[in-house]
Amino acid sequence: MISIKELRKEFTVEDKKIVAVDDVTLDIKRGEIFGVIGYSGAGKSTFIRLLNGLEQPTSGEVFINGKRFSHMKGESLRQARQKVSMIFQHFNLLWSRTVEENIAFPLEIAGVSKEERYDRVQNLIELVGLQGREKAYPSQLSGGQKQRVGIARALANEPDVLLGDEATSALDPETTDAILDLLVDINERLGITIVLITHEMHVIQKICHRVAVMEAGRIVEMGKVLDVFQNPQQSVTKRFVSQLTGVKDTLPTLEMLFDNYPSGSLIQLTFVGKKTEEPILTELIRNFQVSASVVHGHINETKDGPYGTLIVHIDGAESQIHEALQFLQSIDVKAEVLSNE
Amino acid sequence: MNEQTSNETTSFIEQIFPNVDWGQMWEATYETLYMTALSTVFTFIFGLVIGLLLFLTAPHNLWANRIVHFLTGAFVNIFRSIPFIILIILLIPFTKLIFGSIRGANAALPALIIGAAPFYARMVLIALREIDKGVIEAAKSMGAKTSTIIWKVLIPESRPALISGITVTSVALVGYTAMAGVIGAGGLGHLAFLYGFQRNRPDVTLVATIIILFIVFFIQWLGDTISAKVDKR
Repeated sequence: MISIKELRKEFTVEDKKIVAVDDVTLDIKRGEIFGVIGYSGAGKSTFIRLLNGLEQPTSGEVFINGKRFSHMKGESLRQARQKVSMIFQHFNLLWSRTVEENIAFPLEIAGVSKEERYDRVQNLIELVGLQGREKAYPSQLSGGQKQRVGIARALANEPDVLLGDEATSALDPETTDAILDLLVDINERLGITIVLITHEMHVIQKICHRVAVMEAGRIVEMGKVLDVFQNPQQSVTKRFVSQLTGVKDTLPTLEMLFDNYPSGSLIQLTFVGKKTEEPILTELIRNFQVSASVVHGHINETKDGPYGTLIVHIDGAESQIHEALQFLQSIDVKAEVLSNE
Repeated sequence: MNEQTSNETTSFIEQIFPNVDWGQMWEATYETLYMTALSTVFTFIFGLVIGLLLFLTAPHNLWANRIVHFLTGAFVNIFRSIPFIILIILLIPFTKLIFGSIRGANAALPALIIGAAPFYARMVLIALREIDKGVIEAAKSMGAKTSTIIWKVLIPESRPALISGITVTSVALVGYTAMAGVIGAGGLGHLAFLYGFQRNRPDVTLVATIIILFIVFFIQWLGDTISAKVDKR
């Protein structure tokens, strides 16, 4: 669906060359929800703007649905953009237009007749759940409602691809979840490919099939969301994963844990899929002469199944701890002994 | 009874404004309104065009063009800095060419428009800069042409500021018409200067001033009302 080859974008700011996107090559499948995560300044905003030609690459190519988007110009680019629509962090609605007029705007651009515009707008309003607010102006809507208008507007010309530019970053957690549910619904019902950029791991975890981690313009890690969660390789990925597991920055910090548990071992267990439901700790205590207490825990639902981490303090004889660890590894739960260094 | 009251009123007005020729006064008022209305309409059109050109040719914008931007900016700055009374004199040959005369209300129009349009163009530019860049980007991402962006995004989204800008400009134009009156364009300024000041009839000046005040208040009220009505932010 989307094919990106050796994409590179340089900017010159005050005579200094900045590489915003550096040699990115990746393919996104039809119907996939693909997430790109990175901290601000990682180049993800530039990356997503290269996909619909709002920015032109310094080198490399972007193909969407067989069309070469990079280096396209004029009328052909404008036509092609109608099939690759975008939603924005700050919604970017026209305040001078009502909800239905905002949704009708891309249809006006595409030259759809007035009667057909009316029908399509009514369907879209229903799809995003804004019945009764047709005549309201954006200033009369909540953030979540504004983004629903943004989504309806983006879907108006029946696009193949929906690009999300930090689409939920300006929303509160509850509204974020509602908007994410709507995106999943649209993806499943209409089969639209969705590409999202975000700095929130929560967004990736909740709706994405695959994720790419971006740092300094490069994709440093990419794969299925569950795989990347379970086995993060790069330090930046680990930091993002810890946003969710909370091992690093929520509640007890590791140092405090070590102070509180001077003897025994602290073990971080990572569960993926069904294993979260198995009574692993019970078996551990029954089979080995150790005591085990849960220090910290966290479980997340991802699109491919649950994913959780648990920090357990195991105490007992050295040999028993060793055997307990081997048991944990044998049942395919990732066990990592946390050390104080 | 009624006739008597009306006669009394008339004589009362005649008492405090003994020198005012009311027929002449209404004619002058009409001339002022005529000059203000016409010059406001043309100032709006030219100012909008020049303002859009300044905005669109600015660096990183849709028609980014250093040369056109510089020339337009220079034109605006030059005509904005020439004092109006001097501009009228400078434009005498041009006005003669168009109207064949430099007297009368029509003859004041070129100077009024050329004096006010650059001023309004600056206000248009400020109004357009206030528009959220994201909205323009959104329109681009939908495949909008530049003409669509101008008509359906830039102008509607800056409407309240465009209207309050033309209100301020129109009020300034009332003042300009008075100045143009001095060199023979007619209107209330002409009347106040020629009949009020030069013939030492302060009541004529006073009435002309009061009428100008009403015109200005009305323009301001109208502008504020429309601006508030179109503002849905």
